[in-house]
Amino acid sequence: MGRTAILDSTDEAVAGIEDGSTVLVGGFGLAGMPFDLIDALIRQGAKDLTIVANNAGNGEVGLAALLKAGRVRKVLCSFPRQVDSYVFDELYRAGKIELEVVPQGNLAERMRAAGAGIGAFFCPTAVGTPLAEGKEARTIDGRDYVLEYPIKGDYALIAAHTADRQGNLVYRKTARNFGPVMATAASTTIVQVADVVPTGDLDPEAIVTPSIYVDRVVQVEARHYTVQGAR
Amino acid sequence: MTTDAATIENVDRDPLTMDELAKVIARDIPEGSFVNLGIGQPTKIADHLTAEQGVILHTENGMLGMGRKAEGDEIDADLTNAGKVPVIETPGCSYFHHADSFAMMRGGHLDVCVLGAFQVAANGDLANWSTGKPGDIPAVGGAMDLAIGAKDVFVMMSLFAKDGSPKLVEACTMPLTGVACVSRVYTDHAVFDITPDGVRVRETYGISLADLRERMTIDLQ
Repeated sequence: MGRTAILDSTDEAVAGIEDGSTVLVGGFGLAGMPFDLIDALIRQGAKDLTIVANNAGNGEVGLAALLKAGRVRKVLCSFPRQVDSYVFDELYRAGKIELEVVPQGNLAERMRAAGAGIGAFFCPTAVGTPLAEGKEARTIDGRDYVLEYPIKGDYALIAAHTADRQGNLVYRKTARNFGPVMATAASTTIVQVADVVPTGDLDPEAIVTPSIYVDRVVQVEARHYTVQGAR
Repeated sequence: MTTDAATIENVDRDPLTMDELAKVIARDIPEGSFVNLGIGQPTKIADHLTAEQGVILHTENGMLGMGRKAEGDEIDADLTNAGKVPVIETPGCSYFHHADSFAMMRGGHLDVCVLGAFQVAANGDLANWSTGKPGDIPAVGGAMDLAIGAKDVFVMMSLFAKDGSPKLVEACTMPLTGVACVSRVYTDHAVFDITPDGVRVRETYGISLADLRERMTIDLQ
């Protein structure tokens, strides 16, 4: 895709996302969720989306707001059901949204495979469980595995902490979660950051996502959101 | 306290509370282990680990060296445990992304993981992610990855369901999380080892081995 574009607005950042796209959305609960990009995607209007994320939204912000706006056809996630996932729960029970439940490590590894050019991989997770039904199985060195296929995104929407103007990224604490993997697994990776610094200001040893994976960056104001209590 | 065929029977006491059970499990975690504590009751175990044990906690959302629950000004929305509860750092902690976090789990690098359970079978099958009831929204999280990942998978649960039926059974009736993956079952009434030769009772609490045999539907070694 060439150079990373450093954009002035989230609306520019999400421009061109087509109806029917598969969109990887970062975050674990609220940590690392790209709220501003999701809000922009709601304004942008793309619909019939397939969303890949760990959860299926909390409260009525971020991913939950996108679901509530009726833009999502299908969700692939590991843990949709949470204390405050009522938007998803209602849509699911009304038959208005499709769900594919994927074990959390498989969700991550299937995206890693997509980003790393792996055609499929044998994985021991879920062997003998309902989530492995219908999947190709193989025994290797006496251990059972099932075949898992990559999950590739048309777009990834992720949040990082700081980008340099070349598009290199660093994250903050456990808000890193799915960001680095999703950045590799999408055709177009769009990142919101709290800060953009001059190229060369980030310690090369500390860069987590190199700019080769990053297409568009937009700086947003840090959002102070409330963290959940114990689940 | 009497001993019968290497089983320690603690008859003259009540069954363990969940907090006492957490303490028992914490005591059994080997020094210097890398440990993942599942969401729910197992998180209590962290309160009973001692500094001398040097246990390093893994949280699957991307951290080794996870500290206790954050309080007041320590709360940082970017730093939570797998239950999305804010936590703090410990010296020597590290962060990594989700694929690395599960690779270290799946790759057999974690020593112990402690999970809650609905049912465990005598061969170590685990059911802890879905009751299988129609209408339930399925949600698995990291349970299946954890079940097959750690070198030792311990279960922490009450031994009997609300209707009095045992939750350590011959075969699970609920959907499985993992096959033959549990090595030890910690419950309020007894601690069990799952061995190739069958289920062995390590210790009982508030019940004799004979009475325990009466209430269980599986053979106990």
